[in-house]
Amino acid sequence: MNLSQTILGVDFENPTVLASGIMGITASSWRYCVQNGAGAITTKSLWPVEHQGNRNPTIIATENWTLNAVGVPDAGPEKAKAEIGDFMKTHEVPLIANIIGLSADEFASIAAVIATLKPDFVEVNISTPTFLKLRGKLFAEDGNEAGAILKAVKKEIGSIPMFAKLTPNVTNIGEIAKACIDAGADGITAINTAGPGMAIDLRSRMPILAAHKGGLSGPALKPIAVRCVAEIYEATGGKVPIIGTGGVYTGEDALEMMLAGASLVGIGTAIWQRGIDVFSKVCDEIQMWCTNEGVDNVSDMIGGMHKELLKRGVKGTGMKHA
Amino acid sequence: MPISLQSTLPRTYRIKQIEQDTENVRSYTFDGSLGSKPGQFVMVWLPGVDEVPMSVAFDDGATTKITFFAVGDMTIELAKCKVGDLVGLRGPFGTCYEWKPGQHIALVAGGYGAAPMYFIARSTVEHGCTLEVIVGARDKHNLLYLEEFEKLRHVSLHIATDDGSAGYKGYNTEVLEKLLSSCIPEKSKKKKECSPVDQIFACGPEPMLLAVRDIAAAHGIPSQLSMSRYMKCGFGLCGNCVVDPLGIRLCVEGSVVHNDVSQKIEEFGKYKRDELGKKKSFGN
Repeated sequence: MNLSQTILGVDFENPTVLASGIMGITASSWRYCVQNGAGAITTKSLWPVEHQGNRNPTIIATENWTLNAVGVPDAGPEKAKAEIGDFMKTHEVPLIANIIGLSADEFASIAAVIATLKPDFVEVNISTPTFLKLRGKLFAEDGNEAGAILKAVKKEIGSIPMFAKLTPNVTNIGEIAKACIDAGADGITAINTAGPGMAIDLRSRMPILAAHKGGLSGPALKPIAVRCVAEIYEATGGKVPIIGTGGVYTGEDALEMMLAGASLVGIGTAIWQRGIDVFSKVCDEIQMWCTNEGVDNVSDMIGGMHKELLKRGVKGTGMKHA
Repeated sequence: MPISLQSTLPRTYRIKQIEQDTENVRSYTFDGSLGSKPGQFVMVWLPGVDEVPMSVAFDDGATTKITFFAVGDMTIELAKCKVGDLVGLRGPFGTCYEWKPGQHIALVAGGYGAAPMYFIARSTVEHGCTLEVIVGARDKHNLLYLEEFEKLRHVSLHIATDDGSAGYKGYNTEVLEKLLSSCIPEKSKKKKECSPVDQIFACGPEPMLLAVRDIAAAHGIPSQLSMSRYMKCGFGLCGNCVVDPLGIRLCVEGSVVHNDVSQKIEEFGKYKRDELGKKKSFGN
């Protein structure tokens, strides 16, 4: 059974991707994920200048959810060049460089630096909840704002495929995805953390996160991510690759994400409970399921739910069909 | 999916007891246990201020004790707490020390590394181990947990101070080297008198750990060392405590590392990363 695919000209040995924001701080940590089966890695968000994060507590969790308000800390372009440059010397799996800024100019500035390092994809973070602290809203809430950022980035990165990372916190994520594609995005990463959420310590009556609120990830996020990926797939006619991210813990979770329309599957929070080798575990589980079900290529699963609905004469996943 | 026994969500506990160990070192005992094992750490949260990792100084299944040096913004604020004040704890995180019953173990403690070493000493002695405990500090005023170590059975206590105000004048690692050299069977006339240690455990500043690692390797004795790096989550997600070139996380694959691992950590004793991931040399 074949786990490999070629997406936008880039070869992937398996569909698992280290999601941005998790473990992605050094070339060594990326290689550690690759040794444990990751099919591709995504860097933490890279800023055009050094950016301070929040004080601790920044990451708290229960078995059902994780809240994080790390605040997107980054040491700036010099460190990005050193770490990406180091990783690209061996370049065992595709590298997705995730970039961030507070304006189209800032995004363009870091995009220009990153383009020289020749990452396989550039992922544009227009959806971190940290934007709520820094500018009151997310770029990804508004198709026009998102489009302006993406156009500015595309100008700098030329032929490197560009993915827009979207927030679930919108009424119609399909429309936002379409606006991103119209602005030059080659693919969509969905979704960023939801919420934000909050947790309060009873005795001290204080919010636990130093930033008070934080993005929600973990198992509770998966059904929202699956729905968002399905809507993006429908809105874009199944024509653009989607990196489906959010609450993927097992091979079955990954396959469900692919049936919704994902070509690649992001894994992040699951590293905590399933261990750093969650990537190889998920691959093994995909192999086993597909072998048992007679699926020869994992890519045959992409958009499978939409094809099934169509076969049954149901057009789309709109709730009116329920 | 297995449900983790560790707590990844902080819960506040009341301070039950406070000890002022030295001018800047305090110990707090909390009414509650997280089930920490020797060598593990907890994230200590002062609501409205910050949260930092600290080695567990003791956990008897009912209470948890931490010993800290009031040196940074958070610990200076923490030092102002009174009995009954609320402090958040989550954990325990990381690996713990491992031993076999009856082993002869050298414990090397530098500065406030004496606190977690006392937890290890208590636990190993209960398992019939015998110990060479080597406590080191700048001067006699900064020596910690001496009385507690002295009260333990089967402990031979060695003291070293940089200024010679108590015990051996010099580093505790020099005492370790002397101890091990005196134990080389070939050099001993009466082999029965020689009792080389089975393992060496160490907790303290990184230059001291590096010296212990190299001494242990030179004598062919297994070592376990408590390393520390900047930590955020404590459970393996944020990636802030990864070490080069292995990429392992000291909050999960450490913070107690065995000699085979510590030998492969090339940044050991050279640099660590700050909260932004930038390299900072030791000594800066």
